[in-house]
Formats: sequence, structure tokens, C-alpha cells
Amino acid sequence: MSFLELDSVSKRFGDHVAVEDLRLSVAKGEFISLLGPSGCGKTTTLQMIAGFVDLTSGAIRLNGRDLASVRPAKRGLGIVFQSYALFPHMTAAENVAFGLEMRGVPRSERETRVRDVLAMVGLAGYEGRHPRRMSGGQQQRVALARALVIKPDVLLLDEPLSNLDAKLREGMQIELRQIQRNLGTTTVLVTHDQTEAMALSDRIVVMNAGRVEQIGTPQETYERPASAFVSQFLGKTNEFRAHVEAGSGAPRLVAGSCAWPAPAGATGTVTISVRPEKVGFAGDGASGLEARVTTRIFQGNHWLFQCETECGPAVVIRQNSGEPQPAEGEGVRLVWRAQDMVVRPGAGAP
Amino acid sequence: MSRNGPLALVFHTLFVVFMAAPIVVVCLVAFTPEGYLSLPVNGFSLRWFRAIARYPEFVNAFWVSLWLGAVSSLIALLFAVPAALGIARHQFRGREALSALFLSPLMIPHVVLGIAFLRFFTQIGVSGTFPALLVAHVVVVFPFALRLTLAAATGMDRSIEMAAVSLGADNWTLFRRVTLPLILPGVVSGWALAFIQSFDEVTMTVFLAAPGTETLPVRMFLYIQDNIDPLVTSVSASVIAITMLALIVLDRLYGLDRVLAGHSDRGR
Amino acid sequence: MTAAVAIPAPAAAARGRAPWPLLVPALALFVAVVIIPLVLTVLLSFHDWGQYKGIEPVLILKNWQEIWSDSYFHEMFARTFRIAALATLITAVFGAPEAYILNRMRAPWKGIFLLVILGPLLISVVARTLGWALLFGGQNGIVNKGLMSAGVISSPIPFMFTETGVVIALAHVMMPFMVLSVWAALQRVDPQIENAAVSLGAGPLTITRRIILPQIMPGVLSGAIIVFSLSASAFATPAIIGGRRLKVAATLAYDEFLNTLNWPLGAAVAVLLLLALVLIVVSSNALIERRYAEVFR
Repeated sequence: MSFLELDSVSKRFGDHVAVEDLRLSVAKGEFISLLGPSGCGKTTTLQMIAGFVDLTSGAIRLNGRDLASVRPAKRGLGIVFQSYALFPHMTAAENVAFGLEMRGVPRSERETRVRDVLAMVGLAGYEGRHPRRMSGGQQQRVALARALVIKPDVLLLDEPLSNLDAKLREGMQIELRQIQRNLGTTTVLVTHDQTEAMALSDRIVVMNAGRVEQIGTPQETYERPASAFVSQFLGKTNEFRAHVEAGSGAPRLVAGSCAWPAPAGATGTVTISVRPEKVGFAGDGASGLEARVTTRIFQGNHWLFQCETECGPAVVIRQNSGEPQPAEGEGVRLVWRAQDMVVRPGAGAP
Repeated sequence: MSRNGPLALVFHTLFVVFMAAPIVVVCLVAFTPEGYLSLPVNGFSLRWFRAIARYPEFVNAFWVSLWLGAVSSLIALLFAVPAALGIARHQFRGREALSALFLSPLMIPHVVLGIAFLRFFTQIGVSGTFPALLVAHVVVVFPFALRLTLAAATGMDRSIEMAAVSLGADNWTLFRRVTLPLILPGVVSGWALAFIQSFDEVTMTVFLAAPGTETLPVRMFLYIQDNIDPLVTSVSASVIAITMLALIVLDRLYGLDRVLAGHSDRGR
Repeated sequence: MTAAVAIPAPAAAARGRAPWPLLVPALALFVAVVIIPLVLTVLLSFHDWGQYKGIEPVLILKNWQEIWSDSYFHEMFARTFRIAALATLITAVFGAPEAYILNRMRAPWKGIFLLVILGPLLISVVARTLGWALLFGGQNGIVNKGLMSAGVISSPIPFMFTETGVVIALAHVMMPFMVLSVWAALQRVDPQIENAAVSLGAGPLTITRRIILPQIMPGVLSGAIIVFSLSASAFATPAIIGGRRLKVAATLAYDEFLNTLNWPLGAAVAVLLLLALVLIVVSSNALIERRYAEVFR
């Protein structure tokens, strides 16, 4: 049985539908990310789990128990807010101890547990410091410590790393994952950053305008996006219009001057979606999509190519292997393996 | 930002002189050694300050004003803090109307309030008593207490309260341990501003005060109606001195422009 | 005060029912001690009064008719609003530029002069008005005495018990409100806008007229509303400077209440003053909102 269950959860604010029919089962110890652009309903969902926003319909169950009857103060969840929400008039230790105080933990035990958890997040010795005298990264760790020390059933993280600079964010991502693995705490992370979601999660819930687009592991959602939105939100992608030709013999999938065996059940106009890093260059005479390189950008460990093809614009990413790459203006052919492309019915979004 | 040219500075100097002149004059005349209104050109004297002691009605009036100001501000806060928290935290129908109602004493002329209270208190038979005067002052200082407390309450990061609740705090613990410490600067400034407004209030109070419950401004006003002599200037100078002290304290603690305008541009 | 008290919206819009337990105390206070007395006052203005019978709780139009027909009241109200208008004009003409100049100062001067100019708001109006009486009062007024002994003038400049005197003293008392209002408006103005105008070739006069003035106008206007309503309902300053014979609405009401004891008439004067001010303030606010909303939306 799942540990945290969201059963057809919906939330309506007047006429505006914030979350529609969300169904999610989280296993104990799992790290789930709610990923999507702003306004997609991910933060509202988190607030509903925390109990600060009521559900319009559906139910949220924790360990089998319906949370609708449990007040936010009694849900026993650990929350890290986007602004950290540390108590500015209390020291780090007092902040972290607050949840233990509310639970009536005796003072000596409190002090030990606070010290241990601050050490775990790398802030040993910071007990007596006030938030205003700490950096953003340090405040974030205190917020995490405060949420973890109460040994919550579920840890809720609301875009906790968005206020940190890029370098710091990467470091924190690794630490966060390690801490979560060590403690085995079931975690729900809300983020708009797809690299963060892919780096941290066991599974990703991709959301758009209140609906769930796809639930899957990072690799599943990246390599097998279920919709145009998912393929465009997670990483970059190339989309080409193609059509299925039925003729003598097996049906063929045709795009420009290229053809492949058509996937089973595909008919009419379809959209081919292929990731830039899966596309390679073949010489001008070889078979492949006819293209010309319009722009070439060096990015350190890889090259980024903008191309104009017979089927529209395309982006190609090649690793900086040291070998010579096509120059701007050069005519090339774009090739990729059939299993690296995703075929979807319809003409696709422009 | 471009600085002010000489023309602007001349204007500014004249303006400041205009604003300060009456107050400076009052303070200067208070130190006159003569028995009549004059500038202390022959040296400074404290005779008119010592003379205050011989006028118990002024001394009494001072204590009445002090007591009235302190208590009415405190009572106003007891009403204002919950109201501010209610308005700041929740969006509900009628929020704007309710806020307008609570701030309405600012818009109603004090002469009208004075008359209204006088009529009301006379009808219920408490006219001229201290409690009645207290209630009237609570009402007129309430908007000041509310405004500053409201600014502090809305400026507070709401997620801090949510964090405390998620950690298990009940309403009373939340207020006592988290909310109140955070809005305390606003509350204290609200009290201070309310106190000053009560202390200086004359238009409404002159309708309500009876001998025995006269406040200092009312006593000064009635005295001036009969004659103007250095005694009332020394009383005024004392009041000005106390106010200046309170002003500086308020500015240090919170920033005067924030207190009066509701926000600050001095980056505090 | 009206423009400056816009209620800021709560951050996380937790929409729903009003938190009645928090609001009821203040609401009860206001209903009991503000709304009821005001209603009683309006009723009082309809009562009858006689020197020997006192107040008779009937509902007649006698007081209102008296105000309507007697030119004494017309004159008095005209004087009240005339004085208020002039005082407002003076504060606008002098207070707005001063706020602008203050805004361009650097610390610590900005803070110091802000204190000097706004501080008097917290000093009793009686003390401030007393200062004017000392400065210009008749023979003994400091300035008059000085000018006369220096031979500059032969007789004292009339100030006490004149309308001019009341206007000047009121302008002084109300000036901080205007400075505050324009100051608040200036905080919302992007300082780079002036630089942009200069870089496009505008001279100082053009900048003042076409860039600065339009931007501070809402502040000037809302300040004007505040100053006007406070001046029209002012009591202590007209009483001290204007004296017994120069009556304005507030002092007349006081007279009726505490001297003549004709409470109903006094109530009628006060209610009329309140209605007039509410009308002026609400319509001015609406006009300003409509005219300037586009600028600051």
C-alpha cells in the first residue's frame, strides 16, 4: 500500500482550476518531484498536503489515514519553504528546537537532537547564530534541519534551492539527495527546474495548467515524453512534421528525404520528436535530413548547432570530442537512430 | 541624483525658518526674566518654569494628559492588534469597507466627534468623567495604532507563521512566540504615535473635559483665551521638549518617516 | 490621509470567511462608540430648543431652516471654506517644492530636515498657534515690536483677529501634511526619469513643467484634500488667532454648545460641516483616481 496517496485531488479557486484530478501514489522512502512552470498547480498541491489549503474534491491519505480530519499543526510533516521562513528573532538552535518544543521533548534531549541534526547539515557550531547573520545557503540548511529534526513522515520542499546561486545549488542538490537516502524520509519536492528534478528524484510528476502530463522516472520522462509539453519542458527537443505512407509493402514514416519503417498503429500526419544530443552529422552526400548549419556556438564541453533543415529549424548538440565539427554555412545531413525518436499523432505544436 | 542649486537652498532655508519660527519663539519667550512677553535679551531665566509649580491646574492637567495618553493608547492597541492580524492575514468580502470604517476617525472632523461624544455621554449620564474621556480618546487614536500594526502585520513573511504551525504550534503559542515578537516594533510605534496624538488632542477634548478631567492642551487653550503671558509659554516649551524627546526616540527606534507616512525610504 | 491609507493585500491569498473573533472587538467598539453617537448627533440637529425649555426631542427642521435662511451662517461657512482654500493653496505652493527639494538631499540632511519639518505634527497645535500669537500679536508681537523699534513700520501689521492671520497660522499648522503627501508620492517616482529627460535635451523649466509636476500632482492633490478638510474643521487655531468675533464652523459649534447651550443648532452646524467635507473629499478623490489612475497603474 502506498505511504502517501493523492486520490483524485482537485482544487478550484472560484472559476480558476488550480489542480485537476491529481492521482499519485508515493511509496515510503521515495523522492518525488512535482515539476512544472509557474501556475501549473505544483505549489497548490504542496499546500494541500501541508493542510494550508483545503481540497475542493478528492482525498489525501497518509499511511492510510485521511488527512482532511487532521489540522496542519498535527500532521507531523516537515516543510522547507521557498523563503526558508526561519524565525528571525530566534537563534539557529532555537529555530530547530521549536518543533521539538511543541512536542514536549525534554530540554536535554532537545539539545542533543538539535546539535546532531545541525551537524548533519554541516552547521556544527552555528547553534547560537541568528538568521540575519547567516548566508542564504546556511539559512537553507537551518530550515532543512528544522524540518528533519522532528522525524517527519513526509518532507515537503517548496522550491528550496531557487534562491541560491548556481554553484551552491549544485552542491546542495547532492547533499540533499545524500541526506534523504541516509534518513529514508519520504520526500516531495516542488520545482520548476527540470535538471534539479531529474537529479534528485526517484520519480517526476510533470504538471501543466493544473493537470498531470506524465509520471515516471527521470529517464522515462526524458527519453519517452508522453506529450509535446513534456518533451519541450524537459530539455530541448526537435520536432518535425512527418506522415505515414501506406503503399506496397510495410507502411513507411516519411519526413523530407528520410524514411523509416512506420511504428505500429501510426497513420496520417504525425510529429517526430528527437533530442538534440541524439542527432549526428553525416556528409552532404549521405542519406539523412538535408540541412545547412546557420549558427555554431561553442559551450565548453559541447557544441551547439542551429540548422535549417528541409523540415524546419533544428538544434544539434555534439560533445566536444576534439574532432572537427561542421562550420557555419556548411551543408550537412542530420541522422539519428530510429529508436531515439518519439512519434506522436497529429501535427504537433508549432 | 542631482543636488539642489543655490536658489533651492535659499527657498529651503526660508521654509525651515517659517516652520521653526513659532516653535522657537515660544521656547525663547519661556526663558524671559521679565514679567511680560518679551525675548530674553537680558539673559535667560527659569522663573516662569518655576512658576508652573504655583499653578496646580497645569500640573494636574499634565498628569491627566499623561495618564490619558498612556492608557488610551494601550486600550487602543488591545483592539487594534487582533483587528490588524485579522485584516492582514485574510482576504474576505468587506475587508476594504471594514478597514475604511476603522480608519474613519481620521476623516471625521474632531469637532464633530467632540459634539457626538458629548451628546452620547450626556444621554447615558457619564459626561465629564474620566472613563468617558478615555473612551473618546481610544477611538481617535485607534486608527494610528491600527495603521502601524497593520503595516507590520502585512509586511511579515506569512510563511514564517505557516512554518510554526507545521511544526505543531497552536494559535496562542503561534501568537505569543512568533507573531507578536515579529510585529512588536510596529506595535510599539503604534502605541507611541497614539500616545502623542492623545496628548496633543484639543478640539474634541475641549467639548468633553470638565474641571478635574482637563487635559493639558485644553487647560492651555482656556488660559490663552483669557490672556497670553509667559506662563503659558513655559508650559508649552516643556511640552515641546518632552515631545522632541519622544520624537528622537521614535526616530531612532523605527524611523519617523515610516511612522508618519507608513513606509520608509531610508532603507531600514 | 485617504490616498496614503491604501490597505496592502495579503501575500498568500487565503480567501474565505472573515476571522470574526479577531474583528468583533474593534467592530463592537466602533458601532457602540462611533456610529451610535454620530447617529444621535444627526437626530439632535432635528430637535427643538428654547432658552427655558432646553432640548426638546422632536423632529423638526427649525435649525436647518435657520441655517438656510440666515445670512450670518452663509457668511460663516463662506469664511470657513475661504480660509481653508487659501491655507490649502499656500501649503501646495510652498510645501510641494520643499518636498521635492528635501527628496534630492543626501543623508544625513534629508533625515534631519524631515524630522524638523514633520516633527511639528507631533507638537500640540495650541503651542504652535501660541507661537504665531507671540510673533505677530498686536503691539507686543515680537516681529511687530522689532520692526517698529527699527523704524521699518509705524504701526503694527494687523495679524491677530484677522482672516489673514488665521490663514497663515493654519498654513503653518497644516504644512507638514502637504509635505508628507508629496513626499510619499515622490517615493514612487523613478529618479532615472529626470536623467532620461535631460539626456534627451530638456531644459530645467521643461523638466519641471512636463516631467516633475505631472508626477507629483497626485501627491499634491491628495495632500490638498487632507489640508482642506483639516483646515475647514480646525478649531484651536481660528479660536486663538481669529478671536471671538471671527467665527468659523468649529468655533461657532463650540459657542452654541458651551456658551449659548443651543445644542441642536450646534449639532446642525457640525453635521452640515461633516456632510460638506465628505462630499468634497469623496468627489475630489474620485476625480483624482480617474485622472491619474492611468499614470500609476
